[in-house]
Amino acid sequence: MGLESREERVELSVDIAGVRLKNPVMTSSGTFGYGEEYSEFVDLNRLGAIVVKGLSVTPKEGNPPPRIVEAPAGMLNAIGLQNIGIKAFIREKLPFLRQFKTHIIVNFFGDSIGEYVQAAEELSNASASDGGIHALEMNISCPNKEDGWIVFGTDPKAMKQVVTAVRKTTNLPLIIKLSPNVTDIGLMARVVEDSGADAVSLINTIIGMVVDVKKRRPMLANTTGGLSGPAVRPIAVRMVWEVYRAVKIPIIGMGGIMTTNDALEFLVAGAKAVAVGTGNFVNPLATIEIIDGLGRFLAEEGIYNVNNITGSLEI
Amino acid sequence: MSEYFKAAIIDNISLNEDLKLLTITPLVPTISPGAGQFYMLQVGNTYDPLLKRPFSIFRSRGFDYGHRRLEFLYKIRGKGTLCLSNLKKGDDIYVIGPIGNGYPVPKEDFVVIAGGMGIASLYPILERLKKRAYLFYGARNKDELIILDEVMALSKEIIIATDDGSVGQKGVIIDVLKSSPLIKHNSLPVYACGPALMLKGLSMLVKDAKITCYVSLDEYMACGVGACLGCVVKVRSQKTEVYKRICKEGPVFDLEDIVWD
Ligand SMILES: Cc1cc2nc3c(=O)[nH]c(=O)nc-3n(C[C@H](O)[C@H](O)[C@H](O)COP(=O)(O)OP(=O)(O)OC[C@H]3O[C@@H](n4cnc5c(N)ncnc54)[C@H](O)[C@@H]3O)c2cc1C
Ligand SMILES: Cc1cc2nc3c(=O)[nH]c(=O)nc-3n(C[C@H](O)[C@H](O)[C@H](O)COP(=O)(O)O)c2cc1C
Ligand code: FES
Repeated sequence: MGLESREERVELSVDIAGVRLKNPVMTSSGTFGYGEEYSEFVDLNRLGAIVVKGLSVTPKEGNPPPRIVEAPAGMLNAIGLQNIGIKAFIREKLPFLRQFKTHIIVNFFGDSIGEYVQAAEELSNASASDGGIHALEMNISCPNKEDGWIVFGTDPKAMKQVVTAVRKTTNLPLIIKLSPNVTDIGLMARVVEDSGADAVSLINTIIGMVVDVKKRRPMLANTTGGLSGPAVRPIAVRMVWEVYRAVKIPIIGMGGIMTTNDALEFLVAGAKAVAVGTGNFVNPLATIEIIDGLGRFLAEEGIYNVNNITGSLEI
Repeated sequence: MSEYFKAAIIDNISLNEDLKLLTITPLVPTISPGAGQFYMLQVGNTYDPLLKRPFSIFRSRGFDYGHRRLEFLYKIRGKGTLCLSNLKKGDDIYVIGPIGNGYPVPKEDFVVIAGGMGIASLYPILERLKKRAYLFYGARNKDELIILDEVMALSKEIIIATDDGSVGQKGVIIDVLKSSPLIKHNSLPVYACGPALMLKGLSMLVKDAKITCYVSLDEYMACGVGACLGCVVKVRSQKTEVYKRICKEGPVFDLEDIVWD
C-alpha cells in the first residue's frame, strides 16, 4: 500500500470534552482574531477548531502601545485583552463563523467571579438559542479585583472558587486555560479537574520583560508582557507532560508550535489536541501544514489513529 | 484583499551605507498594490528574528503584463532589517500583502510632507499624479534625502529641509511648513508620512485650519492582518476614543481623528 492511501486511513479526529474535532489542530486565542482576519489565506473548514480572541461581558479598550516587541525566537505581548464584548461578538462575529464546518471555542475572562459567571451565562444562552458555540475556554490568567488583584490562575483557592462557580453556570464543555506562571502546574490542573472542568489547555504566555537600555525604559508601555513563540516550547512541553501525569481530563497543548514535529512533541508528551498561536503570524498556513503533516507522519509510523500517539512518551 | 505568497528576490542593492532597495517578484499571480499600502516581508530563515516586518510599497511594475515586480526602500535599523539586507538575488521569501487602506488618490494639486523613509510610502501618489504635488521633504542630512532626483522630477514644487543644513533649509520640515502659504491659506489635501514627532508637529500646525491631512502611521506589527491587536493607535470615533489597528483600519488615517498621547 502506498503512503498516500495509508495517509487516508489515518484517523485524525479527537474527542475533547464531548466535542468531536475532525483533527487535533486548532488556533490559539488572541492569535487568530475572530477567524475572519485569516480567512483570506486559510480554509477555515479544515481546522479542528477555532478559538477566538478572549471576550468579556463589557468591551475592553486594552493597553496603550507599544503592545508588542520581539524577543529571541519569540515575542512579548501586552494587548491588555482588548475585545469587542460578548454581545457584539454574538451579533457581529458569530454569524460569519457559523458558515464554516469547524468547531468554535469561545475564550472568555473576567475580573471577578461574578463577571466570569455572567460571561459564561451569556455565552451559554447565545449557544442555546442560536448555536454556533461548541465549547468555552476560560482564561484564568486574570487578576481578581475583589481580592487584592491576585491572579486567579496562580492561586489554587481562587481558581477552585471561580471554576466551580462557572461550572455550575454552563452546560457547554468547559476548558480551563492554565497559566504557566506557577511553581506546580500539575497541582493547578488537579484543582481544575476537581472543580469540574472538562479539559485543560496550556500554556498561556510566560510573563517577561525587554528593556531599551538607551532610554532605560521597558520596551512595552505596560512594562511587562507575555512571552510566546518557539522560545517557550520546551517549557510548554514539560508542563503538558506534568499535567498529563496529574489529571485524566484531556489536554490541549500549545506554546511555540510552528511545525508538525513541534505539534507531535506535545501529543507524545500527553496532549490530545494542539493549538497554534504565534506560529500563525510567521506562517499563516502553519495549521494546515501541520494537519497534513500529522497524517503523513502517522502513516509513515504505521499509527492509524492519532489518539494512539497521545502520551506515548517512553521514559 | 491581501494574499500570502512566495516571492523571489530579484535584487537587494545598497543605495548608501544603511539604505537599500529590494526588488522581488511574486512566484504566483498576485494582485497589484495601491498607493500607501504595505507588505509584511519575511526577513530571514531562522526563528531569530521571528516575525515578518512591514514595508511600504515603493514601486510596482509589470502587473498588467505578468512581469510583476515589487520594490521596497528600506533602512537598516535593527536585527530584522539587517537580516533582510543579507538576503541575495535568487533567495525566496514569504510575503503577505498588499495590506491596509492606502491613500485616497488625489484628483487635483496636493501637498506631500515626507520625513526620511516616509518618502517610500508617498512615492506612488507622486507617480500617479505627476507634477501636481507640492513636496516638502525633510531628512537628517543630504545622504538621507533618498531618491531626491526622482521625486523632484515628479513634483510641481519641492521644498527641502535637513537637520544639518547640508541641502535646503536648515531645520525640521515642520518649521519650514509654518511659514508656507500652502498650509496657512490653502485647502489642498495633505499627504504625510514620517516620524511620529513630525506628524504630531503637523497636527499642531493645522489644528485650526480646514485642511484634510492623510497620514500614514508606523507601529510594531506581529501579524499584519488584524488578528493580534498589536499595532494600535488611539483615534476619535463617534465621540469616543478607541484603539484602531494600523494594519487593518490604517495605515492611513485622517490626522484630525488621531489622539496623540
Ligand atoms: C506600515 C509600515 C510601513 C513601513 N514602511 C517602511 C519602509 O518602506 N521602509 C523602511 O525602511 N521602513 C518601513 N517601516 C518601518 C520598518 O517596518 C521598521 O524599520 C522595521 O520593522 C525595523 O525592524 P528591525 O528589526 O530592523 O528593527 P528593530 O530592532 O525592531 O528596531 C530598531 C529601531 O527602529 C525602531 N522601530 C522598529 N520598528 C518600528 C516601527 N514599526 N515604527 C517605529 N519605530 C520602529 C525601534 O524603536 C528601534 O529604535 C514601515 C513600518 C510600517 C508599520
Ligand atoms: C498577541 C497575543 C494575544 C493573546 N491573547 C490571548 C487571549 O486573549 N486569551 C488567552 O487565553 N490567551 C491569549 N494569548 C495566548 C495564546 O493563546 C497562547 O496560549 C500563547 O501565545 C502560547 O502559544 P504560542 O507560543 O503558540 O503563541 C495571546 C497570545 C498572543 C501572542
Ligand atoms: S499587526 Fe496584528 S493586528 Fe496589526
